[in-house]
Amino acid sequence: MRTVAVVGASLAGLSAARSLRKQGYDGRLVVIGDEPHRPYDRPPLSKEFLAGGIGEADLALETDGEDLRAEWLLGARATGLDRTRRAVRLADGGEIRADGLVIATGAAARQLPGSDGLAGVHVLRTLDDARALRDDLARGGRLVVIGGGFVGAEVASTACALGLEVTVVEAAPTPLAGPLGQAMGGIVSALHLDHGVRLLCGVGVKGLGGERKVDAVLLEDGRSIPADIVVVGVGARPCVDWLEGSGVILENGVKCGADGRTSLAGVVAVGDCASWYDPRAGHHRRVEHWTGAQERPAAAVATLLAGGAVEPGVPRPPYFWSDQYGVKIQFAGHAADADSVTVEEGAPDDRNVLAVYRRAGRPVAVLGMNQPRLFTRWRKQLAAAS
Amino acid sequence: MMIPACRLADLPRGEALRLDIDPPVSVFHTDDGELFAIDDTCTHQDASLADGWLEGCEVECPLHASKFDLRTGAVDAPPAKLPVRTHDVLIEDGMIYVRVSTDAPNLPPCVAARLAGGPA
Repeated sequence: MRTVAVVGASLAGLSAARSLRKQGYDGRLVVIGDEPHRPYDRPPLSKEFLAGGIGEADLALETDGEDLRAEWLLGARATGLDRTRRAVRLADGGEIRADGLVIATGAAARQLPGSDGLAGVHVLRTLDDARALRDDLARGGRLVVIGGGFVGAEVASTACALGLEVTVVEAAPTPLAGPLGQAMGGIVSALHLDHGVRLLCGVGVKGLGGERKVDAVLLEDGRSIPADIVVVGVGARPCVDWLEGSGVILENGVKCGADGRTSLAGVVAVGDCASWYDPRAGHHRRVEHWTGAQERPAAAVATLLAGGAVEPGVPRPPYFWSDQYGVKIQFAGHAADADSVTVEEGAPDDRNVLAVYRRAGRPVAVLGMNQPRLFTRWRKQLAAAS
Repeated sequence: MMIPACRLADLPRGEALRLDIDPPVSVFHTDDGELFAIDDTCTHQDASLADGWLEGCEVECPLHASKFDLRTGAVDAPPAKLPVRTHDVLIEDGMIYVRVSTDAPNLPPCVAARLAGGPA
């Protein structure tokens, strides 16, 4: 293999580039990123960076003096993949020919229809998003967060600490019920109420009010919530449009094997755009977690370099964390697989909990709120059990 | 500076003991029976590595995904970027002692700021 192109220059792309070099790949390495920035860390964008506690230099993922001997094509968007010529087409009309390809194009924030061109309306996914939102938050006022998921909750928590008046609107009856289940979703999202943040559940958003600048969020039940700033946190969709017609099978992202291989030889996929086969579950899952973007590229790169001749190891259960209102929230496994959940330690009212999710008596997931030590023990146990 | 940690018999394999000095140091007893001491605080954010996931000669930070090599202090992956200090471990008469390194520690920004302001 003489040229490998990594499409995507965020955590998953960087981890893939590092894995390539670590696993002995010595050829030409091209990293293509559509943003103009070097790889940066996203978790602080909704927390310390948004609050102004850390700056852009602190977000860098590369270490001082790190040299991957890669060609960095930044501000270059991939628009197509030509399988016969093995070439990645770029928006500026150029192309990169490569015999190995790592797809790491991530996911993009979903927008609210009709919010285009309305000042004060934000999504939060990229560094540029975070800069714009940080500047708006610094002016203060009333913030309405649409979506009570993790990004929305972290923004609400940060803005609340900055002194803004915050309302969170969630269409589902309980926020976080998807990732955490009904009961624990309720306990974690109660953090909003503890801090005087208004939480409106079970009501959809009809639209936004305002001419050139947003001034309200209009709810489906007829209510109008005054707003100076609106953050739309309603999830993300995988950035795989550029692969349409390429022969790479797409099914809620790039469909991959348990080793990251796609339907095309010499092409693997990693990170938020990739839907990996989960041998435990017996089906494909697209998991948008930082840890997956960091850990899985090693396996995908091994597959790429070995021409598909490696046995994939069983990955650890997916793990993510969140910090909200000073509480450390940690979760591993899959809540949807569980038929019961029990609090093993701590008390929900104290927002200090270690809860274990089980299916037929076997642990399938674990949640911690301010319980890092116990959480680690259970997380290890979960990995050993599966 | 030599600090008595605990009796060897009181630190089972697979366990870690945190010494509440400033900055805190932890002693790890690996599953293979080796003993190591490193700075306890992850260089990325305030987290106790003694609470982390010990596997072989590596400990993973309990919050995020960076792993530190107990032998060298080196870190393998983000979000942490700097190594932790390593310290000598001695055993005498069944007691574990730690000789704390005189190198400057790599503490995360919030902890460094707190220590610079004097002991809490």
